[in-house]
Amino acid sequence: MIHKYYLGGLYIVLDVNSGGVHIVDELTYDLLDDAQPPFSEECPQEILDKLSAKYDPAEIRECYQELTSLYEEKILFSPDDYEKYAKFTVASPIKAMCLHIAHDCNLRCKYCFASTGDFGTGRKLMPAETGKKAIDFLLENSGNRKNLELDFFGGEPLMNFDAVKEVVKYARSREAEYGKRFRFTITTNGVLLDDDKIDFINREMSNVVLSIDGRKDVHDRMRPAINGKGSYDIILPKYKKLIENRSRDKDWYVRGTFTKYNLDFAEDVFSLYEQGFDQISVEPVVCEAEYPYALTEADVPAVAAEYERLAQRLLENDKAGKHFNFFHFMIDLDQGPCAIKRLRGCGCGNEYVAITPDGDIYPCHQFVGIEEYKMGNLDEDCWAKFYCSGGCNANNYMYMGDVLKAHTLSCEFEKKRVECAIMLQAVKSLANNQAE
Amino acid sequence: MKHIMTINKANLKESAQKGGCGNCQASCQSACKTSCTVANQKCERDDK
Repeated sequence: MIHKYYLGGLYIVLDVNSGGVHIVDELTYDLLDDAQPPFSEECPQEILDKLSAKYDPAEIRECYQELTSLYEEKILFSPDDYEKYAKFTVASPIKAMCLHIAHDCNLRCKYCFASTGDFGTGRKLMPAETGKKAIDFLLENSGNRKNLELDFFGGEPLMNFDAVKEVVKYARSREAEYGKRFRFTITTNGVLLDDDKIDFINREMSNVVLSIDGRKDVHDRMRPAINGKGSYDIILPKYKKLIENRSRDKDWYVRGTFTKYNLDFAEDVFSLYEQGFDQISVEPVVCEAEYPYALTEADVPAVAAEYERLAQRLLENDKAGKHFNFFHFMIDLDQGPCAIKRLRGCGCGNEYVAITPDGDIYPCHQFVGIEEYKMGNLDEDCWAKFYCSGGCNANNYMYMGDVLKAHTLSCEFEKKRVECAIMLQAVKSLANNQAE
Repeated sequence: MKHIMTINKANLKESAQKGGCGNCQASCQSACKTSCTVANQKCERDDK
């Protein structure tokens, strides 16, 4: 399988299965409409007939040979033989966790997927003790993974910053014992940033995501405070301060959302750059189509054109020596992650889980609040677990709706039976002892 | 080659043979977390 396209004045051919990227001339680009494996020794006559009005036949033949040799090198039309790696894509140890340290927020962003912070499950803060249990859960279920990621998320995590500090301290205290290395990240709206929090974040967090949408009017329209006033002027100086004091070897991003209201979002990217930020992420809103700011299929051509415009502007900017990273155009063609990782995908519910303030476990933050995707709870434990091993899966499904949820009645009866059984063994043991 | 220039140096298939150590960053694709294009991440294998 190949994908070919013309962009930025270049004819580009991607070989999907090898990751090969080839810049080709127009002749090659046209030739690839017809030239496909199996390649013959000479360019087929019908291809020559088709293209010879536009190109010199000798050039066509030469070009055909070049395609043949790339095919033989397995970097063009290479086959998809990844199925043999399927077993690598299931049942991995957990290595990343999203900790919902606060299901509350001090902004009322109109596009919030978390129902303005509480995920529709009630406003609450995570007790530090629950956070520590989450750390234990991650340590114990991370197998041989050395690098463990923990993202403090919300709602707005700065609303529960004492708990953030306590959880970080606890995790650091257990790193050596387990031979692990925690990488903390935090995603914030910036409103509560102060010197103390900035110092802590810059010391402990390997990445920080700072939410800001771009131009002031764009930002304030979608990200008001509870009183309805825009938050741009509150957060901007705080972000600048955080960045100024952050070590260059640590990551950070300013991160914005664009909507139908700002289809010219490249202006927002450049507005952020002009404010002094050189690590920038701006992403399309994801929401139901009924909202006036929703992006719909009708917006795809406009968004695609704006991405092209942004790419061109980045090229011009680079030429002028003004470089910045637009996160979503960063790609490593030489030393990126291995194919196994690419096959695994995001890993939610497998390598990655989210924990709510109540200790509920979900596949990821986006599933939080959707009951049927709840995977369990940090406190879920039962003294009888090694006697029943979870009970009857079919009964669990038939009467509880989920194979993983123990059938309550069976559960109570089983516990009583186990108590009786142990008691009977105890009586026998005592009797045997006395007889001896 | 006269008509074609290959710009990448690595082959994805070769990476699969030694891959899967899992030391790299998780790659949440969700927009609210600044979705990672998986390919923009780093390989963190110890014995690369």
